[in-house]
Amino acid sequence: MSDFSIIGKPTAMVDAAEKTTGGGKYTDDLSVPGMLIGKILHSPYPHARIKSIDTSRAEKLDGVVTVAVGKDAPTPFGILPVGHDEHALALDKVRYVGDNVACAVAVSEAIAEKALELIDVDYELLPAYFDPEESMKAESDLIHDHKLHNIEKDYHHAFGDPDKGFSEADHVAESRFIANEVTHAAMEPHCTLASFELDPHTGNLGRLTVWSSTQVPYYLQHKLSLVLEMPMQQIRVIKPLVGGGFGGKSEVIPIEIIAAIAARKAKAPVKITYTREEVFWAHRGRPRTIIDLKTGIRNDGRITSVKARVVQDGGGYCSYGVVTILYSGALLGALYDIPNIQYDGYRVLTNKPACGAMRGHGTVNVRFAFESQLDELALKIGMDPAEIRQRNLLKPPCITVNGLRVQSYGLPECIEKTVERSQWKQRKGKLPKGRGLGIACSHYVSGAANSIIRSDMPHSTVNIKIDRDGGVVVYTGASDIGQGSDTMTAQIAAEVLGCSLARVRVIAADTDLTPIDIGSYSSRVTFMSGNATLRAAEEVKKRIAAAAGKKMGCGPEELVFREDVVFKQGSAPPSAKKDQIEEVEVTQQGASVSGHVEGQILRGSLQQKRKEEGPKDWMTFEEAVVAAIDFHGALTGTGSYAPPPEARGGKHKGGGVGPSPAYSYSAQVAEVSVDEDTGEVTVHKVWAAHDCGRALNPVSVEGQIIGSVWMGMGQALTEEMVWKDGMLMNGGLLEYRSPSSVESPQIEPIIVESIDPEGPFGAKECSEGSLAATIPAISNAIYDAVGVRLHESPFTPERVLAALRAKRKEKALNLTEGVDPTAPARFREHGGSLCYKAKGPERHTLDPARREYPAATGAD
Amino acid sequence: MKKELIELKVNGRGYELAIEPSALLLDVLRQDLGLTGSKRGCDESSCGACTVLVDGVAMLSCALLAASCEGREITTIEGVSEHGSLAAIQKAYGDWGGAQCGYCTPGFVMTVKSLLAENPDPSEDDVRNALSSNLCRCTGYSQMYEAIKAAVAAERQAVQSPE
Repeated sequence: MSDFSIIGKPTAMVDAAEKTTGGGKYTDDLSVPGMLIGKILHSPYPHARIKSIDTSRAEKLDGVVTVAVGKDAPTPFGILPVGHDEHALALDKVRYVGDNVACAVAVSEAIAEKALELIDVDYELLPAYFDPEESMKAESDLIHDHKLHNIEKDYHHAFGDPDKGFSEADHVAESRFIANEVTHAAMEPHCTLASFELDPHTGNLGRLTVWSSTQVPYYLQHKLSLVLEMPMQQIRVIKPLVGGGFGGKSEVIPIEIIAAIAARKAKAPVKITYTREEVFWAHRGRPRTIIDLKTGIRNDGRITSVKARVVQDGGGYCSYGVVTILYSGALLGALYDIPNIQYDGYRVLTNKPACGAMRGHGTVNVRFAFESQLDELALKIGMDPAEIRQRNLLKPPCITVNGLRVQSYGLPECIEKTVERSQWKQRKGKLPKGRGLGIACSHYVSGAANSIIRSDMPHSTVNIKIDRDGGVVVYTGASDIGQGSDTMTAQIAAEVLGCSLARVRVIAADTDLTPIDIGSYSSRVTFMSGNATLRAAEEVKKRIAAAAGKKMGCGPEELVFREDVVFKQGSAPPSAKKDQIEEVEVTQQGASVSGHVEGQILRGSLQQKRKEEGPKDWMTFEEAVVAAIDFHGALTGTGSYAPPPEARGGKHKGGGVGPSPAYSYSAQVAEVSVDEDTGEVTVHKVWAAHDCGRALNPVSVEGQIIGSVWMGMGQALTEEMVWKDGMLMNGGLLEYRSPSSVESPQIEPIIVESIDPEGPFGAKECSEGSLAATIPAISNAIYDAVGVRLHESPFTPERVLAALRAKRKEKALNLTEGVDPTAPARFREHGGSLCYKAKGPERHTLDPARREYPAATGAD
Repeated sequence: MKKELIELKVNGRGYELAIEPSALLLDVLRQDLGLTGSKRGCDESSCGACTVLVDGVAMLSCALLAASCEGREITTIEGVSEHGSLAAIQKAYGDWGGAQCGYCTPGFVMTVKSLLAENPDPSEDDVRNALSSNLCRCTGYSQMYEAIKAAVAAERQAVQSPE
């Protein structure tokens, strides 16, 4: 059992005080002299050609400095190298209601908003596509000309012999599942502040500095360079505090580039902040997905074959789409032992805001389908759902049939612990009427083994500097978005160097100062940036140990670094070390140094004293640092991490997505009640066991487990983006139904530590792996409670009630006629009212697309 | 709109400000006074991130006209730390993981302050109800309950054994 001084202890985040005092700055809290405000004009149509844009009336408005349009930056971009299909401001077409058309820059937000109404855009409406299974049949009016049938990408994989596997099955289940669309809804709306310096030599616009609410400052730097046609080195991206991302800021969002284009055109700093509604339109959330799943098992519970056909409603642009559709198939593997897998995935374009990456990515909706179907099969053979999962465990270390390498595997312990804590065996089937227990498992990558922009370069690099003030400065590109990566960085550096946490200062995510880290997405930061931090700290430690060893007359390998002291192994570390730091009196020249400042090194005077005393068994951390600086000058170290080649997966098409150096595991039991009169589902408690390798900071790990289970519960019960003709009907936090405290259950996180051989101190991810299991744990619990099997999420009261009434063979209510959530057929288009029956493109009389433009005046 | 002069009392200090009559308290705090701790998280007064105390009562500053707050004592998150050190609730939120991304935290702290002023020893149900007008997307609220319990205990101890 390891005995760490900092790792594994509950630690307040290093920036907690900034957050609890309101002193920390998020992007919208920043302002620079001469700053102007930008407002974006969005498309009111789902699919239209832009015939002309006339900004003259807007530009004449007093207080308006400029109006930027697509022509000002016509280079396309996208997060994936294969998906450079969007323009910051639309060039010739708009592809969703909310697409970005122009940006008015003015001295105040009010004037910029008024200017938007004075921008005249002439649109030619095009037929629009809303249902992905319909969109896939398109022959003309394609959303992107080069994507035939509006299919962004499709994959067809077969591993093992799926058909043979089905023939060997004793029981086969085959159903359609539908998971409706959800979005991140991070509390901080996107915001970007862009400011050009003036070049002192030419007097022209010089370097660009951009502050942005982003998870990926280095991708932002890269895409800015592409679109603005400037060298990356001339662009500085700084990430301030970020108020949540969950994937919604894991790609470059148009607002970020629009701000820079506007700043360039206005020749002044420009800040743009999204309204909450704009955040919903920017989206990049989890696509609504159709999963046609078929699973075969034998009588002994062993899975023989799985076949999944997945259709994702991707929206108007590629975004992360190719990766999302691959994750849906890839992570069928690496959880259970499945010998045969067939996967057909379709990422389809539609005229809606684009979908991207959201916590758990493409794995979540398929996991909902799989864990639900596994329960159905368990019932068929009369096997306990916990047991059937235990019958299908992997035997690591191994490589799955689809090329994923699995090493540490805490799933068995996760299942055991959650079954034990929830008293599953004692209580299942014995709860009062309307109350039930459900179990499900899930997993996720600890970072993708293959980076988005393929190369052999490291995924993370970290630099450390220690100088005479005794402070340890860690320069890391890792982006803290609230998950606590700055704290993780400080903890690892402090543990390796054996210094106190307070001594460490983390400088992060500033492209001028910190080496590249590819970003906070796919839960890679602890594993990859943590490893880079560890290596950088080890490198610096070696130099300190060599110097300290010389002073103490021993080899560096004999030294222990702990709690601000460096001591010889075997000797007792000084307990009251602070008392033993003496007043320093005399230097080489005989001049006296007045006073002594605790923990600081003034000159080499300390060594002078030590020389007189002779070698001891211990030195303070500062003394050891000074000894090393005497030899080297300021101590610097660097560490990098790239995933090992054996973790990078198979060579099949699309095989680059799914592989990871390590997977986290989750097993959850949910306890629910279902009101059979209203269909309302109450989640009483979720026991969530999560294998995170090692919990570097238990408080943070528990917080992440609880947060992801909670977000999964939101997707399971209440969260849903409601669409009608490409219009989002519920673009607000309450309408979107993000749960408040009274709607949120007790969640008991259970940390399982499988100590990964490659993770930093054995750590793996803990932020995404749990979300997926919560949804089927709840649907399985609903079945246990009232005997209805929901195949469509979220399990709203309408859906649950419709299923209950159907089961009781009662007449369907008007609201739910034609809707069978136990056997959903297609996505249901909604209207502002469920009674709205008209088809698009007829629009309501108050629709902005029908409004006459007011004449330009300067008056209010 | 022509600006008018108002006097606002914020965190114990008086400020004379020239503002448009339609200016919201949230915007005046953030832009005119540079008190950026109160946040805007939504468009329709539904998230609570802008919560401040007006005469000790938790109010949504995005739903108040700055002009209508003349003569009232406004307390923002910046006015919570006591004499340069963290208040018990602020320390507890840090220790117990009540804040992850921190964006909703100022609003929650103000709501908690208002709750504890009314009900110094709330049950977990009392706490859930009181927090229901503040939205959080990170924490699932659980660790906030621990933090609040710890802060209540810390305050009680401080009262019982004052230094």
